[in-house]
Amino acid sequence: MTVTDKTLPDREPAGSPAGSPLLEVSDLTVSFGSEAGPVRAVRGVSYTVRPGETLAIVGESGSGKSVSSLAVMGLLPSSAVVTGSIRFKGTELLGLNDRRLSKLRGSGISMVFQDPLSALTPVYTIGDQIAEAVRIHQEVSKNQAHARAVELLDLVGIPNARLRADSFPHEFSGGMRQRAMIAMAIANDPDLIIADEPTTALDVTIQAQVLEVLKKAKEATNAATVLITHDLGVVAGFADRVMVMYSGKSVELAPVDEVFYTPRMPYTMGLLGSIPRMDVEEKEPLIPIEGTPPSLVSLPSGCPFQPRCPIAVDLCRTVEPPLADTDRPLHWAACHRSLEIAQRGWSAADVFVRPALPPADASLPPVREERDVVLALDNVHRAFPIRKGAVIRRTVGSVRAVDGVSFDIRQGETLGLVGESGCGKTTTIMEVMNLLEPQQGRIVVLGKDTGTLKNSDRRKMRADLSIVFQDPMASLDPRMPIGDILAEPMWVQKIPDERIKARTAELLQLVGLAPEHASRYPAEFSGGQRQRIGIARALALDPKVIVLDEPVSALDVSIQAGVINLLDELKVRMGLSYLFVAHDLSVVRHIADRVAVMYLGRIVEIGTTREIFAAPSHPYTQALLSAIPLPDPVKERSRKRILLSGDLPSPADVPSGCRFSSRCFVFAEQLDAEQQATCKGVDPGLYELGGDHRAACHFAKVREVV
Amino acid sequence: MSMSPQEIFEVASPAVSDPDATDQHVEAGQPITRGRLILRRFLRQKSGIAALVVLVLIFLLAYFGPYLTHWKFDDFDQTNILTGPDSNHFLGVDEVGRDVYARTLKGLQKSLVIGLVAALVTTSIAAVAGSIAGYFGGFIDITVVWIIDLLLVLPGFLILAILSPALAGKTWLWLVVLLAVFGWMVTGRVVRGMAMSLRERDYVHAAKFMGVPALTIIRRHLLPNMASLLIVDVTINVGGTILAETGLSFFGFGVQPPDVSMGTVLSDAQPLATTYPHVFMFGAGLLVLTVLCVSVIGDALRDAIDPSSGSSRL
Repeated sequence: MTVTDKTLPDREPAGSPAGSPLLEVSDLTVSFGSEAGPVRAVRGVSYTVRPGETLAIVGESGSGKSVSSLAVMGLLPSSAVVTGSIRFKGTELLGLNDRRLSKLRGSGISMVFQDPLSALTPVYTIGDQIAEAVRIHQEVSKNQAHARAVELLDLVGIPNARLRADSFPHEFSGGMRQRAMIAMAIANDPDLIIADEPTTALDVTIQAQVLEVLKKAKEATNAATVLITHDLGVVAGFADRVMVMYSGKSVELAPVDEVFYTPRMPYTMGLLGSIPRMDVEEKEPLIPIEGTPPSLVSLPSGCPFQPRCPIAVDLCRTVEPPLADTDRPLHWAACHRSLEIAQRGWSAADVFVRPALPPADASLPPVREERDVVLALDNVHRAFPIRKGAVIRRTVGSVRAVDGVSFDIRQGETLGLVGESGCGKTTTIMEVMNLLEPQQGRIVVLGKDTGTLKNSDRRKMRADLSIVFQDPMASLDPRMPIGDILAEPMWVQKIPDERIKARTAELLQLVGLAPEHASRYPAEFSGGQRQRIGIARALALDPKVIVLDEPVSALDVSIQAGVINLLDELKVRMGLSYLFVAHDLSVVRHIADRVAVMYLGRIVEIGTTREIFAAPSHPYTQALLSAIPLPDPVKERSRKRILLSGDLPSPADVPSGCRFSSRCFVFAEQLDAEQQATCKGVDPGLYELGGDHRAACHFAKVREVV
Repeated sequence: MSMSPQEIFEVASPAVSDPDATDQHVEAGQPITRGRLILRRFLRQKSGIAALVVLVLIFLLAYFGPYLTHWKFDDFDQTNILTGPDSNHFLGVDEVGRDVYARTLKGLQKSLVIGLVAALVTTSIAAVAGSIAGYFGGFIDITVVWIIDLLLVLPGFLILAILSPALAGKTWLWLVVLLAVFGWMVTGRVVRGMAMSLRERDYVHAAKFMGVPALTIIRRHLLPNMASLLIVDVTINVGGTILAETGLSFFGFGVQPPDVSMGTVLSDAQPLATTYPHVFMFGAGLLVLTVLCVSVIGDALRDAIDPSSGSSRL
């Protein structure tokens, strides 16, 4: 029944796309030395890529997905020990010297990296860098190479390519840099493009643009693509086949629909169950995968997923399952019970336990208007001056980061504040957290105006308002034990030591950690656990309002679900109100009661979660929602994207009239000249659309996009 | 300092070396603490260990060596002027009849103490001034940077030389203070830069939003996270201040007779260096060896603390 990894390619039925494989990786292992012993990053991975197909490699951080592809490119550090075989068009790549490998890189295989800023040389122009890539592999003159560079930039959708080719990388925005990287990758008509998390660093609307470019590039060169990502939504819309990796092994390999609709490995099922869905309205708790991925230094015996797997049996604890046939053709899974899963038709909800959410607090008045306002912003402005000159510094302009934001949050409610990077959401929460008088407008916390606070009152108020940061690595002082980190807010409020000690233990239990953990340091915890510690710290003084600054965006999906559930549970149990800042709209749909969409320092649409997602009325909200890929291949294929043109304008130079008009598809395609003049001339206020729903658009119209 | 220390010490990041290895499961065995890791990396460097051993021996020699002979550093043996090393005078006698062995060790004691104390004071000034400037910014920052720039353009040696008559007869601790005042600027600037980057860390923001007072934030969050830089800085400064003190004393501006330091020992012996080398060689050799050891230890420590500095990679 089982096949060994080596024979995999031969055993594929005849129905598969014809032709010999372009890339054949078999039994690849990569290990690094470390202080704690060898780190076995990749442990026997085999896969093939046929000409023209797109293989997505999915996995969480540390699953070995990037390392295995770097091995293909020959880009691993010399300390890595690589064994197995990597054959490209029949040529063995492992052991090839750097010169011969360099010939292949760029012309045969090319790569698109995650961070386009560090992948481009800052001191050469974009055009020169692409021309260089052309000239290395092709015998062409300098001028021809430059012309080709301009052509390529045009192909990837850089406006004014001839002019922009002379720009330096820092003059490009993130999305444009990634386009330039793609242009460079296809410069020599490669047969294989490896894209390592190509859109992870980008905003959703830009991600949609870049994915479109990548598709176009693929069509232009007919290259096969290996897409490495952790985003199952991107996979659903882009890949032909999917390989799921877990702790250095491939655990499932199948065509994209099979993986999404009939997964045969509990880990894949868990991944699919743990992502919040933007297209699901019902508020059920997510299904988390308990525990964390094993350390690659000390793997558990048997199946590496076994400690987290609810259906593990004794066999799983002793024998590691190989990637084997399942009941379906072209579908392999590494699970002893995959046939059983198929027979019983188990889904994620059957395999994993869906936690129960405590019932909502009955003491709160059901009608929103009857509850107390805990946090209110009224026309808050924040501008940063732009100064010039070395000796005499004069102000030449200002960045209007927050430009008149108003919203209120009532008791027991979650407001999701969403928008792309640079829209001013972080500045907004910093204004709230500083508890100072804003440059313009008013901030009222629990009925008190921050402008009139005395210093001692401000310190007292800090007990009622706390924050959880995005990056759990950066938000905990690495030199402090957890106990001290949790105690810090209590020290400030001068709480007696015995009380602090008891409370610390209580807090750790509240977020699902053990009280013994108090003496350990942050580095000893995984990302998800660290974020729980950050939440525990925010809860230390029983606050009324918690500001959550993208609390789950730095976490892996399987961990994310647990943290979201925890936040949901704490909110109900402790009667908290959240200001939830995020760019991930699926998470917002899951957790928020109301949503405010920000664009360029303003709120452009605000309403209940249902109103925003079911009846988005501002064109920007519509574009934002339609840009988010759904983890559902069939839906994803039938969806029409609204692609926004260009990038976010600089907040230092806000367009006149409606600030979205420069990128608005409605403005460009559906309005007549007179209406356009209105958009250009009159700054739209937030118009009432009935109920709680308001949008800042002169021509607001509901469009269904999810 | 040849490299900018800011490049060498990427502000204490929790990631150890391999991104895949950091997400360790808490239950998966007791992970290595940072201190143990540094110790292990340090112990792997043979040159660092050797230098440490030699330096310990030098300290032992400086403090217990004098008990091996009955001669005191200020005794005069008029009968044996300029005799070479023998069993009575281990290293011979100088031109006025003083025992070279006893005098050199006494000088070594003083130089080591001044070097250590001055290095500690130097780094402390740098840490306090730099972190306050970097954390608060604005007017305080401008003032501190202005003082740093001023001290950098002033010729420190010259000023010390000019001030030295005023300090004659006072305790040697004044010398320590002066050495520190003219030696903290470069580190101060580096610390300021690190404080400016640490200030933007989320955990500092978090502390600020809890209402922790600014000075407490500096003490509790900023300084511990620069500890590796500061420790290495102290080590490297020891070598530097020993040399600075020796130089000053050599020219008569530092430690004043009858007190002895390496500088005065060497300056007294310098005219006889070619004719009676035994008077000069021992002191000069010890000085070179001490400073060499200190800087090798500093290098090894830096490599141990910062895995990305090259040689400690596996």
